[in-house]
Amino acid sequence: MNTPSSLSFEDLERVYALLAETIDGLGPEREALFLSKLTLVLAQALGDFETVTRAMDTARRDLD
Amino acid sequence: MHIPDAPRQDSLYFTYPVFPFTRPVEMDGERPLHDVVIVGGGPVGLVTAIELARHGVRAVVLESKSSVSDGSRALAFSRRSQEIMHGLGITTRVQAKALSWTEGRSFYRDKIIFRLSMPRSAEERFGPMINLQQCYLEKFLVERIADADLAELRWCNQVTGATQTADKVTISLDTPEGAYQLDARYVIAADGARSALRETFGLRMSGASHEGVYLIADIKIDSALPTERHAWFDPPSNPGATMLMHKQPDGLWRVDYQLREDQDPEVELQPERIKARIQSHLDLIGETAPWELEMSSLYKAHCICLDDYRHGRVLFAGDAAHLVPIFGVRGLNSGIADANNLAWKMASVLSGGSADRLLDSYSAERRPATLEIFEQATKSTAFMTPPSRGYRLLRDAALSLALSQPWAGELANPRQSQPYDYADSPLNAETDDDAVFTAGPRTGAPLADARLTDGNHLLDHIGPGPTLLGFGLDKQGPDLDWPGVKWPGVKRLAVSRSAAPAPDTLADPHGHLFERFGATEDCCYLIRPDGHVAGRWRTYDPGVVEAALQRLFAA
Ligand SMILES: Cc1cc2nc3c(=O)[nH]c(=O)nc-3n(C[C@H](O)[C@H](O)[C@H](O)COP(=O)(O)OP(=O)(O)OC[C@H]3O[C@@H](n4cnc5c(N)ncnc54)[C@H](O)[C@@H]3O)c2cc1C
Repeated sequence: MNTPSSLSFEDLERVYALLAETIDGLGPEREALFLSKLTLVLAQALGDFETVTRAMDTARRDLD
Repeated sequence: MHIPDAPRQDSLYFTYPVFPFTRPVEMDGERPLHDVVIVGGGPVGLVTAIELARHGVRAVVLESKSSVSDGSRALAFSRRSQEIMHGLGITTRVQAKALSWTEGRSFYRDKIIFRLSMPRSAEERFGPMINLQQCYLEKFLVERIADADLAELRWCNQVTGATQTADKVTISLDTPEGAYQLDARYVIAADGARSALRETFGLRMSGASHEGVYLIADIKIDSALPTERHAWFDPPSNPGATMLMHKQPDGLWRVDYQLREDQDPEVELQPERIKARIQSHLDLIGETAPWELEMSSLYKAHCICLDDYRHGRVLFAGDAAHLVPIFGVRGLNSGIADANNLAWKMASVLSGGSADRLLDSYSAERRPATLEIFEQATKSTAFMTPPSRGYRLLRDAALSLALSQPWAGELANPRQSQPYDYADSPLNAETDDDAVFTAGPRTGAPLADARLTDGNHLLDHIGPGPTLLGFGLDKQGPDLDWPGVKWPGVKRLAVSRSAAPAPDTLADPHGHLFERFGATEDCCYLIRPDGHVAGRWRTYDPGVVEAALQRLFAA
């Protein structure tokens, strides 16, 4: 998944903290809806079906 | 009457020395005004005492115990701390005992997700990290002080209170032979996390304390595992929590594991319980050797510090000034840097060479260093012990991804402590050419070491006072070189392109040092007594360097 356009480590950390805090702010009952919306928004911004499905495969691994 | 507890005699590896009480002059009617008294003979107090001696000041150290640290406690020492220890004259003792390490591994459940690798370069005398039990470090420091009679160590002296006026501090003590008082021009409070002086002066530390309770245990085991930092997230032996292992000298291992919220710390501290949990972890990693338990204790991560490390004539250092989480080897390494920063300033003020306000810069430099540690430590701690649901979800996502995506494993990096650059220090030269340099340590940073053609190291030639490192300045002939810097005690060290230069000049025939320091002919670095760069210039101008020295020493 490390494409030429990947985030710098600093930015990855910032996204990590921002997401954690946003989820905390929303509360558990809204978090699944928020994360699903976020995925759609990111997919739309990415504009590439293949990359999105590959990302879904990566995220589906090692779930238990 | 204060009679300290006798040190333990049943350690599996360490013989605790016992230091007797000796009657101080104050108990026989004398009342000298001491230049500087250090409260606390822990590692920070002892390092400060030796640093002061290097700068010509003999300190009195007041220690309530009759021996060294009870147990291994702070374990890992950074390269910067090793360099500072080298200046203290304890390298032979330390390196003969310590274990050097450069690698680490982090596991999620039982699979590896991150490899820590700290480069070791031939330029530097010391490796990036060593492990040594705190009781050994303190023993070596005490031996060094005793061998060269560098300070007056007063064992079994417990400070019970203090007051200060505009020109002195009066300390009250209790000893095996009763109470007494002493006077000092300045006091360094290195009396640890429960600082009596902080209490006496009503000072409070503020900041945040993190979730999570950890159990720390030392075990003695004859294991073939290498000296590396090993960390496990959610291992089968401690589901839902973390586990850390670190090797120490004498066949000891530090095992550090997190307790879950549903686990009662008092129950977990029972030796049978500890033994069972450690055994299950050793089983997991395939370790079959028999082992014994040396010690255990509980630990909680704090990020708290004083608002100002100076309170009139009292300066706080080490755990008395700040408490930081131990992950990433931050605790004692920052206390050693405090001592290194404070001692030369104190010595210069006591000798009359500097105004008292130089001591304000101690807090101005070291407190931001603490705040930076808080920032790094808060991130590592949030990964080890997520403080909320959001952080837990993200942490678990990162761990799960890390099994297949190396970039996600980076998030599990323990972020080992780095030396702090005093980039915004009020002591840095007002005008220098720092921004123009393309290599070399920046203004405020500790001077980088370099290997010389004779196999020795650059750092050996620096200090103990200020050092002016001039590149190519020797070529101008004996009359023209280095005109004009008349600062007392400045050591002038030229780097020469000649292979056989004059004495006190470093040979650099291949231009290796020039390159490492981004230097051109006539360029110079001004180095502080603590080894940090105070300013660097493209061309040597004695007037400019004089002005920088004046600022550096608050003269
Ligand atoms: C169980 C444990 C494990 C730790 N593990 C780590 C680790 O892995 N890594 C790490 O970096 N750090 C660790 N630490 C923290 C580390 O030990 C401290 O950061 C370090 O000891 C600080 O040194 P210091 O000299 O400032 O304080 P201290 O070592 O606490 O020394 C203070 C000294 O002052 C003396 N004193 C106190 N009050 C008085 C008084 N009223 N009068 C006279 N003397 C007094 C004490 O007896 C002591 O000798 C650990 C600490 C503990 C307790």
